[in-house]
This record gives sequence, C-alpha cells and structure tokens, in this order.
Amino acid sequence: MSAMTTHTDPPRPREPEGSDPIVELRGVGKSFGNVRALSGIDLKVGTGEVTCILGDNGAGKSTLIKIIAGLHGSTEGEYRVDGKPVRFSSPREALDHGIATVYQDLAIVQLMPVWRNFFLGSELSTGFGPLRRLDIGRMRAICDQELQKMGIDLPSIDMPVQNLSGGQKQVLAIARAIYFGARVLILDEPTAALGVKQSGVVLKYVNAARDAGLGVVFITHNPHHAYMVGDHFVVIKLGEVEFDAPRSELSLEDLTHHMAGGAELDALEHELERGQLPTVDPLHDSTPGWT
Amino acid sequence: MSQTLAPRATSPEGNGSEKALRVGQRSLLRRFLSRPEVGSLIGAVVVFSVFFAVAEPFRQASSFSTVLYASSMIGLMAIAVALLMIGGEFDLSAGVAVITSAITAGMFSYQLSTNVWVGAAVALLVSVGIGFVNGLLLIRTRVPSFLITLSMFLMLQGINVAVTKLITGGVATQNISNMDGFDSARLVFASEFDIAGFNLRATVIWWLVFAAVATWVLMRTRVGNWIYAVGGNRESARAVGVPVHKVKVGLFMTVGFMAWFVGMHMLFKFNTVQSGEGVGNELLYIMAAVVGGCLLTGGYGTVIGAVIGAFIYGMTKQGIVYAGWDNNWVMFFVGAMLLTAVLVNSWVRTQANKR
Repeated sequence: MSAMTTHTDPPRPREPEGSDPIVELRGVGKSFGNVRALSGIDLKVGTGEVTCILGDNGAGKSTLIKIIAGLHGSTEGEYRVDGKPVRFSSPREALDHGIATVYQDLAIVQLMPVWRNFFLGSELSTGFGPLRRLDIGRMRAICDQELQKMGIDLPSIDMPVQNLSGGQKQVLAIARAIYFGARVLILDEPTAALGVKQSGVVLKYVNAARDAGLGVVFITHNPHHAYMVGDHFVVIKLGEVEFDAPRSELSLEDLTHHMAGGAELDALEHELERGQLPTVDPLHDSTPGWT
Repeated sequence: MSQTLAPRATSPEGNGSEKALRVGQRSLLRRFLSRPEVGSLIGAVVVFSVFFAVAEPFRQASSFSTVLYASSMIGLMAIAVALLMIGGEFDLSAGVAVITSAITAGMFSYQLSTNVWVGAAVALLVSVGIGFVNGLLLIRTRVPSFLITLSMFLMLQGINVAVTKLITGGVATQNISNMDGFDSARLVFASEFDIAGFNLRATVIWWLVFAAVATWVLMRTRVGNWIYAVGGNRESARAVGVPVHKVKVGLFMTVGFMAWFVGMHMLFKFNTVQSGEGVGNELLYIMAAVVGGCLLTGGYGTVIGAVIGAFIYGMTKQGIVYAGWDNNWVMFFVGAMLLTAVLVNSWVRTQANKR
C-alpha cells in the first residue's frame, strides 16, 4: 500500500460522496466582538474520507478547527454530529462524541516513556482498594500492538518520547486518538514543522487512518500534501469558503492556484510582468535601500 | 474515555510479520545507566569508600546507625519533596513547617492539658492545611511555587518564634515528657532498638517504609503517572484529562504530612522544640532530591534517588566528624557533592539518551 509515493498517481477509488456524514457544519460562523473571524462555513466529514482545509495564515483555519474540536462555540449556524445538532462546551465533550484533535503540540509529555504517554489520562488499572495499580503488562502490550498496526518501528516503547522524531510523535498521537475511539480525527498542520521525509511518514498514517474508516480533517497550508491524501478540498480565505470541491473536480494545479491566492496571484503576476520593479542601489554603497 | 471502537488491522506498510513485544531489548547496562538515580548511586559508593578509608570510627556498626539516623532526618522530607519536584514545584517552607508542626502539637497539648495524641492530631491538620494553602495559592494565582513557598517560609519562620515567645516567654516549647500518651507517641515516632549491637531508630524504618510506598505510588499507580505528567508538561496533561490542580495540591499536602511526621519525631525525641530551628533544611531536602536525579524543571526523577541523596548527606555529615575534621567543612563538601552530582547526572542522561 504505497500509492502515496508521488502526487501524479491516478486518484484511488473513493467512497461515494454524500454517504452519511459524521460531522456536518451548516453555515457556521464565529465573531469575536465586532470581528467576524468566520462566516457561512459548510463542511461535511464522512467515514473513510479525508477533508483537507487549506488557507493562508489568518484565514480562519484555526478558528474553524477550534469550533469542531469543542474549544470554541460557534456564534451562528449549526453543528451536527450524526445528524443531531450539538453544542460542545469543552474538548472532552467532543472527544466523547468521537471527535479527537491532534494539535501541533500533540499533548505529549516529552520525558515520559512512549507507553505511559499512550495511556496518559486513560490508564488501565487492576486490583482493588489501596492495591489498585497500573496494569503495566496490558498497557505495554496494547501500546506495542497499536504502534505496530500503524507501522511505527521503535527500538523500545520504554524510550522517552523526546527521543522520537517529529513524524513519529505525530503518528503516536494519531495512534492514541484512534485507539481511544476517535471516529473523526482533526489534524492541525501535522506536517508544518516536519522535513520532507517525516511529512511523508505522517501522510502515510493519514491514509492509514482513512483506510481504518475514520473521517479525517486535515488542516494544512501545503497544497501538495493536501492533494496527496485528500478526498475533498476546502479553501478558506478571510473567514469564508473560497473554494470547495471533491478530488474528482480538480487538479493539483487548480488547488495550488486557489491556495496561492487565485485571482490575487493573477494580478500580482500581471504586475510583475509589467516590469515596474523597484530599483536597488549597488551593494558597495554604505547606505543601501530602496530609491 | 470510551474504547468502543475496535482498532482495525490495517497498516500502511502491509502488515508484515507480527513482531514479538519490544520489551527488554535495550541492554541491561544501558537500562541501568538511563535510571535517574544512577549518578547518586555511584556518588554514594565513592563517598562511602572515602570515609571508610580515612575515618577509622566510620567502619563500626554503631557509627553506621548514626549515619542512617542523620540520613533519615533529611531523607523523610526528601521523599515528599522529590515527589513534589517531579510534579514540577518547589516547597521552600518545608524546613520550618517541620518546626511549626512540632510547636503546634507541643503547645496545644501543654496549654490545654490534653493527651499528646490530640496535639499531634491538631498538628497534622495544621501541617496538611499549610500544604493545602500552598497548593491552592499556586493554582489560584499561578505565581511560581518558588515565590509562594518562599513567602510561606518567611511567615512560618516568624510565627514559630513569635508565637512561642508570646505563649511561653522563651524560645522553646515546654517539656511535655510527663503528659498523657507521651510514651506511646515516643514509641511510634522516636523509639530505638538494639539489634546485635546495631542501634536501629524508628525514623530509619519509617524512612524506608515511606520510600517504598512513595515509589510504589509513583511507578505503579495512575496518580504516579499523573505526577510525572503534570511536572513534565502541565498543558499536555490537562489536555488528556489529568486533574492537574488536584495532583499539585495533593503533592503539597504530602509534603505537609511528612513535615508533620518529622516534627512529631523531633517533639517526642527531645520533649521540647527550639522554635528557631529548621531554617535551611528546605534546601537540604531539595539537595537530596537533585543529587538523586530529580530535575529542577520537573517531570523526571525517582524517590529512590532522593533516598540515596539523603544517605550521601548523612554519610558526609557524620563521616567528617568521624574523620576528625572541622565540622564546618560539612557544608562545603555537601555543596561540592551537589555540584558534582548535577554535572554527572546531566552527563549520564545525555549519554544514555543518545540511542
């Protein structure tokens, strides 16, 4: 299953669009006082589907995932899970509905061993009363098994998480979310801080999660990464959906174009072609600058 | 959290051969070297060897029991302080809190003519209460625990002497050795037995018992996992549902409990308490924990390390006496040892983590 080597691969067979979505946003918006951060967002996330949300810095991506993750309430529109309107007041509630968010800082403790991190906050116990204790054997076995399922190869699950690579940390967080019952996985720029190879590792697991039947919301500002795994693309600009299309209706060039600013980019290109560039003083001058 | 979703057996790399559990694959030596307390263990062997060589009286069993006693006096508190430091906080009030506890018990029993156990119970409430206040101030104000407990330290130091003077007119509490319950209390907190010429004190036994309990809690229970997590990354711990505030307040209350215990020992061993004592001990507790491998930044360390750290302190303190050197050298050696231990610990940690 290594179809993800290049983005020129033909599109894989997809689940039909319009299968019952797990998460659905209808006209969702959010205002902070007078500032309208987000408005009129429609979004559907179904099982076994990767929805990519793209946008420049400040476009409203973060606000959107915070609404989905339950950190913010929306100020307009409707948020439905399994067809029922919901209103989350904490990430915990979203988690109880199977909506798990893997943030950029991952919610891991660097100095703790891998298996302790995996179960942190949801430890398994055995025994009664004062002898109640961690079921270390079972926790280690499950952690090892889950990581192997995701194909992560570590020398030891006893090593502190700080010794893992950035990509491995992402995958650990994803594996943990899946094991603890996530149905929708929200990944907040999982490849942003990673190198090319590590990004590839993470993208493979995005695929693995999709194949495992999870709905994935993949936030990124890298159209190449998005196009490799996405089934559905939403480009957000200035708090509104600028572009919304399934994979079958667009090419990587279209996506890159929209992502890079679309019409604005055309205008810029035009401007650059006219050749009205600022002139620059020679470098040997002691007071370099624009003239 | 629910675990309703059965994990599905898909792997992006075409689920290959099922490997055996990846446990115990690191070599025994590497695992040993990656323990937080390994530096202190080496240090303990070195310090022991040095005094064994230069100080003739150090070699006798009776001296060893004195060494253990001196170690336990710092070591009992070092256990609780190590837990607190792993949880990412300091308690500078721990040294004088011991005396506060002893004064409370002594004066309450004497002034109200109650059984000393009643005084001890009141002191327990006061001590755990001080820990609770420390913890509550920390989580309510988000001021660093260094500052909060420094304030508490100065306040308790003042209260100890001022209140003692106000009530007794002197700087020590009254002798309570002929009051009800004193004998049974002394048996629990300050008894001594002779076993084949070796003088074993109750505090040494309690020290090891508490160390064993604390180690078990730290390594084998959910709470222990949480202590490491809140010290290692408070925000992450909160994000996965660890009750950060409860853990931190609980740790301060544990320090309070241990301060009560040591305070009761001092009260029932000496019958009376000097109200100005205890100042400076809070740093010795931290010293023992750090020598034992605890990081000042939290999230790392063990109770066993703190026990060894306290043992090194006890050996140094008594060893210098047995070697016939000037007693003033004790603090110099303790300081030099702390510096060495910190450097060795950080070096060992980088080496062990290299692979």
